[in-house]
Amino acid sequence: MSNPTNLLYAKSHEWVQDMGDGTYRIGLTDYAQKELGDLVFVNLPQEGDEVEVGAAFGDVESVKAVSDVYSPVSGVVCAINEELLDHPEMINQDAYGAWMIQVNEVSDKEELLSAESYEAFLSEEA
Amino acid sequence: MGSYIPSTVKERQEMLESIGLSSIDQLFSHIPEELKLDRELDLPSGKSEMEVSRVMNNIASHSVVFDSIFRGAGAYDHYIPSIVKSVTGKEEFVTAYTPYQAEISQGVLQSIFEYQTMICELTGMDVSNASVYDGATAAAEAVNMCCERSRQVVFCSEAAHPDNIRVIKTYCWASGHQLVMVPVKDGKTDLSQIAGQLDKKTGACLYIQSPNFFGQIEDVQQAAELIHSVGAKLICACNPIALGLLKTPAEQGADIAVGEGQPLGMPLSFGGPYLGFMATTSAMMRKLPGRIVGQTTDVDGKRAFVLTLQAREQHIRREKASSNICSNQALCAMTASVYLAAVGPDGLRQAACSCYQKAHYLAEQLSQIEGVSLRYTGSFFHEFVTDQPDAAKVLDALQKEGILGGLPLEDGGILWCATEKNTKEDIDRVVEIVRKELM
Amino acid sequence: MQLLFERSHSGRKCTILPECDVSYQLPDASLCRAQAPHLPQLSENEISRHYTELAKQTHGVNDGFYPLGSCTMKYNPKINDEMAALPGFAKIHPLQPEETAQGCLEALYLADRYFAEITGMDAMTFQPAAGAHGELTGLMLIKAYHESRGDFERKKILVPDSAHGTNPASASMAGFQVVSIPSLPNGCVDTEALRQAADEHTAGLMLTNPNTVGLFDLNISEITSIVHNAGGLCYYDGANLNAIMGIVRPGDMGFDVVHLNLHKTFSTPHGGGGPGSGAVGCKEMLKPFLPSPVVTKDENGYHLCRCNPQSIGAVKEFYGNFLVVIRALTYVLTLGKEGIPEASSNAVLNCNYMMSHLKDIYEMAFDTGCMHEFVMTLENLKKEKDVSAMDVAKALLDNGIHPPTMYFPLIVHEALMVEPTETEPREVLDHAIEVFRNIYEMAQTEPEKLHEMPLHTPVRRLDEVGAARNPHLRFEF
Repeated sequence: MSNPTNLLYAKSHEWVQDMGDGTYRIGLTDYAQKELGDLVFVNLPQEGDEVEVGAAFGDVESVKAVSDVYSPVSGVVCAINEELLDHPEMINQDAYGAWMIQVNEVSDKEELLSAESYEAFLSEEA
Repeated sequence: MGSYIPSTVKERQEMLESIGLSSIDQLFSHIPEELKLDRELDLPSGKSEMEVSRVMNNIASHSVVFDSIFRGAGAYDHYIPSIVKSVTGKEEFVTAYTPYQAEISQGVLQSIFEYQTMICELTGMDVSNASVYDGATAAAEAVNMCCERSRQVVFCSEAAHPDNIRVIKTYCWASGHQLVMVPVKDGKTDLSQIAGQLDKKTGACLYIQSPNFFGQIEDVQQAAELIHSVGAKLICACNPIALGLLKTPAEQGADIAVGEGQPLGMPLSFGGPYLGFMATTSAMMRKLPGRIVGQTTDVDGKRAFVLTLQAREQHIRREKASSNICSNQALCAMTASVYLAAVGPDGLRQAACSCYQKAHYLAEQLSQIEGVSLRYTGSFFHEFVTDQPDAAKVLDALQKEGILGGLPLEDGGILWCATEKNTKEDIDRVVEIVRKELM
Repeated sequence: MQLLFERSHSGRKCTILPECDVSYQLPDASLCRAQAPHLPQLSENEISRHYTELAKQTHGVNDGFYPLGSCTMKYNPKINDEMAALPGFAKIHPLQPEETAQGCLEALYLADRYFAEITGMDAMTFQPAAGAHGELTGLMLIKAYHESRGDFERKKILVPDSAHGTNPASASMAGFQVVSIPSLPNGCVDTEALRQAADEHTAGLMLTNPNTVGLFDLNISEITSIVHNAGGLCYYDGANLNAIMGIVRPGDMGFDVVHLNLHKTFSTPHGGGGPGSGAVGCKEMLKPFLPSPVVTKDENGYHLCRCNPQSIGAVKEFYGNFLVVIRALTYVLTLGKEGIPEASSNAVLNCNYMMSHLKDIYEMAFDTGCMHEFVMTLENLKKEKDVSAMDVAKALLDNGIHPPTMYFPLIVHEALMVEPTETEPREVLDHAIEVFRNIYEMAQTEPEKLHEMPLHTPVRRLDEVGAARNPHLRFEF
């Protein structure tokens, strides 16, 4: 799957989507879901929680591992994707559809990469 | 001297030579000399099996085995069916490790799945784990399940078993949770004392035991309503035999049910190994500590069982794990399952009813003795407290007759217990001895 | 196979209890449960056969080789069980008058003396029920020690990145922050990194030696000194004690507190996951903080004493998993001062023997000679042939061998950790070596076959993802 060009990316493998109303959705990239393997559970913050750029806002579990998910921006959680709590496999099936949290009052998004830069970063890493 | 090493000295030498060494000492030659023990261990010389048996039998003979026991207080003398001992003595079960390799551990895994089902049935809760160390650590782990970043105030009934209170205190001290003790009035938890201290932001949970340490049946439902009013959880400790008859923690609104499973087929054993059981609601499933077994299928579509929800646990989540528990009491959990299978639903009710009836008969007979009175008026299950002039004298007299009487309390009372094992004849004899002593 | 509940038939039963011989009115319905629990209704024959069938689907030490690294699956001697069943131990109420429980107290007292000697400690407690419980207890002793000195700023526990997951989890439960210390490429503690991390906030260090890769850390004196100089204490995780009994003692390496896994090192059975015993030993300065009660002795005999105002309290009901301690005590009496070091030296011999006969084909994580266990890495096999540590483990199942510990320690990729123990005869080791070599051969020639294994176990590879995504944790009636 290619990484959509309308999204921005973090080096910690999250994507950010500008919803156009001052809010942003955050999810895991396709690269991340492949590395993590079959996900079995997702821990999400609560609405109203503050998230800080570079700090963990939740985690995802596979059978044998748990991995923190880092926030690519700072802000306040205004919605969580509750469907993921019952269907964590959605992240494996459609990483760019399965948003995890939506945040507003967003700051610290200067470091985010374009799809092109993110792909360059991935090939450097490999 | 005793040894369980099969290889002979000659074989050991051959093995050493095959890896290019000439002596055992070379295997340790890299360890700095100054660290090595430069003497023999200060232990007795090894012994043959017959000698060891003699030594241990001699030590064991220094304890007094009572045939007739009227003492409970957290360790209960129930009848253990023969099938329990036979099944739990099977070498496959006894000598296996934790069932990490599900393909060759279906026996242990299925037995845990059956155990989890039975604990859910007994308590009425949705989910059970595969066991923890004992009733007291189950209580302390349950408290940890309820504490969150902002909710750290733990209420604990003073009427709970003293060891459970001690363990909760120790765990709370270590983790920094604030513990508030709820006082006792007329043998029951006095909830009116904490109403003013409940806070919607900081309250984590209330721990209450029913039947409590004094045998009294608590109003758990009222406790649940009170603690839920501030969004905190209710932890209810229960006696598994009593659950053959009495209301379940779930029926009374508990969020977590815990307890000491020893009555389900485990001998008194001077305090252990026993069994901590823990069950909770679906909503709190992922906070439950310890091993949990789930049903799944294998590649051929065959039903199979496996350790699951492991991402909660220490080997994956490390310092963020809900608990550090690794080894549990699996064989004791199997003991409880076999016990419950052997007695069945009718037998468990029968055991519970016998305990209830015999304890009430004993209480009635004792309270007819002049100078003996029942301390509390509330409903009780199979334990109760009496007041009498000289507890020590009464208990000594019983001990001389080979009877372990009730537990002397610090305030002069005696905490009695009766189970299905105490026959009417035994009970009448106790009453007679007490009567004679107090005449 | 069927579950107990699926075998159940309404009306079947075992006749266990007699009719009650006193009559007394039962409690009011308002106190009683609305519905009886769904427990199975079966005859004794059916129950007995059910569990015999389950036993056949369970691999214990008695069923074959069990080289599960870090778990010390040695033979469980039968005399231990017989002694634990003696009425003078098994039928004693924990709250009997002290003078009627002298045998039990004497056993605890002897166990205290013997295990203190083996570990180089001054006092023991047998309250902790398992290794992790012992870790928690030991860390609480460290916490109480610092607090007793008015030192409330020591909030950090140093843990090597190779440590077992219980170490950091226990430290968190005891209210500490965990600081991970990196390991050197040879698997040992990076003393420079340790020196950097140890400061006035350090409460202590948790370590096992031999470490989790099966190597004895030669810098151990320096390591414990660094921590002591910073004002911290040193905790010894006894998971690997089977390598060094009677040869080196944790107390002499500079450790202040230690836990033992009696169900590993001291031959008590593991019961499919427990009960174990995580006895904790400590040096004199930590003795005032041990859990209550402690066993003491005077001219009148043995006593249970709650005489310690600085005690951390209790970590378990009563006195711990007492009958497990009886089994371990029986074992120590059997082996004695000669047999204990002999057990360790043969554990190390068996391990080096196996490693030496495998290292020409399997890549060892640390090829320097091992203690009681060794770690191989299948990273290259995975890259070249797509055969993982899991595949090799599952192939062992078809050969009647319990696989080694997989994917631990975390610092080694595709790790298999092998611990043969001293109670295996040479033929068993030779057979296991041959099986390992055959599997390696198969990985070269027919790697795809290994993905299919096991073929002959009661069930084959399981859908663990499905189990975790849709938890089905009890039978539904």
